[in-house]
Amino acid sequence: MPADTFTIADRTFTSRLIVGTGKYPSHQVMAEAHRASGTEMVTVAVRRVDLRDRGAESMRAFIDESRIVLLPNTAGCYTADDAIRTARLGRELGLSNWVKLEVIGDERTLFPDNIALLEATRVLVREGFVVLPYTNDDPVICKKLEEAGAAAVMPLGAPIGSGLGIQNPNNMAIIREQARVPVIVDAGVGTASDAAIAMELGADGVLMNTAIALAGDPVAMATAMKLAVEAGRLAYRAGRIARRQYASASSPAAGTIPSLAGASKGA
Amino acid sequence: MTIQVNGEPLEVAGPLTISALLADLKVDSRLVAVEHNLTIVKRAAYETAVINEGDEVEIVRFVGGG
Repeated sequence: MPADTFTIADRTFTSRLIVGTGKYPSHQVMAEAHRASGTEMVTVAVRRVDLRDRGAESMRAFIDESRIVLLPNTAGCYTADDAIRTARLGRELGLSNWVKLEVIGDERTLFPDNIALLEATRVLVREGFVVLPYTNDDPVICKKLEEAGAAAVMPLGAPIGSGLGIQNPNNMAIIREQARVPVIVDAGVGTASDAAIAMELGADGVLMNTAIALAGDPVAMATAMKLAVEAGRLAYRAGRIARRQYASASSPAAGTIPSLAGASKGA
Repeated sequence: MTIQVNGEPLEVAGPLTISALLADLKVDSRLVAVEHNLTIVKRAAYETAVINEGDEVEIVRFVGGG
């Protein structure tokens, strides 16, 4: 099979696993998990500097920026204006015009406000941002985001941090089929098989944070996720068999030793 | 004079530049972005942008997130 890279806007990636930087037991563990995952892009949040605790270690020192691109998010924003403002600050911080755009619509589910998301996407695309919107697993909104100029669409597999896996595989497959931009499954992964399923459905990549950061052994889980994403991707490219209701024998019927009881039926 | 920094009042000897404020606060200017009265201040302007009485300043950085 030919080399299998994927491209968002002007950047080409070898790794299809995008990882977060939140919730790790320590910066050191995060750095090791990033290495183990093989990731080439990690998400970061934009927050006020704590003026009372300036001694706090800078997380950024633990990200190998020679290999890993920073993707600022707009997590915690509940309006288009707040998300736009945060995106601009993130651009200033990271000296890159990429943004993982989040406009949250509900505190308990952290589901996106897709109307505000679309509005913010339009504004930021006009300002020259490479916009990667975190959205619902809804083919219609994904289409609209693409039409608004999103560089990729990032439908959620399940609520952020829930670990429930891909809740609507059929929608995910439809999104993949109709999108002309990369599809990144963002949020909801709990364990390796979830990541593999996302990739088997044709996702171009998977973005996860909690599943690695809060795993019993984040570094081991990062390795598992790397392998799962690769396995799922390879299975997708290989082309899976069709599902069928009844068995189809793997061994030939011809040449079967005749049963003493009469007719033979084989597995 | 009193200014607002990250939503809280701060007494400074003012008017002062962004550079001076960051130095006062012992904040590494390479790791932050600054918004002055809702407008982002480019790094190149830290030496010249002047903060006056009552101005609002936001100083942000990257932290862990998903």
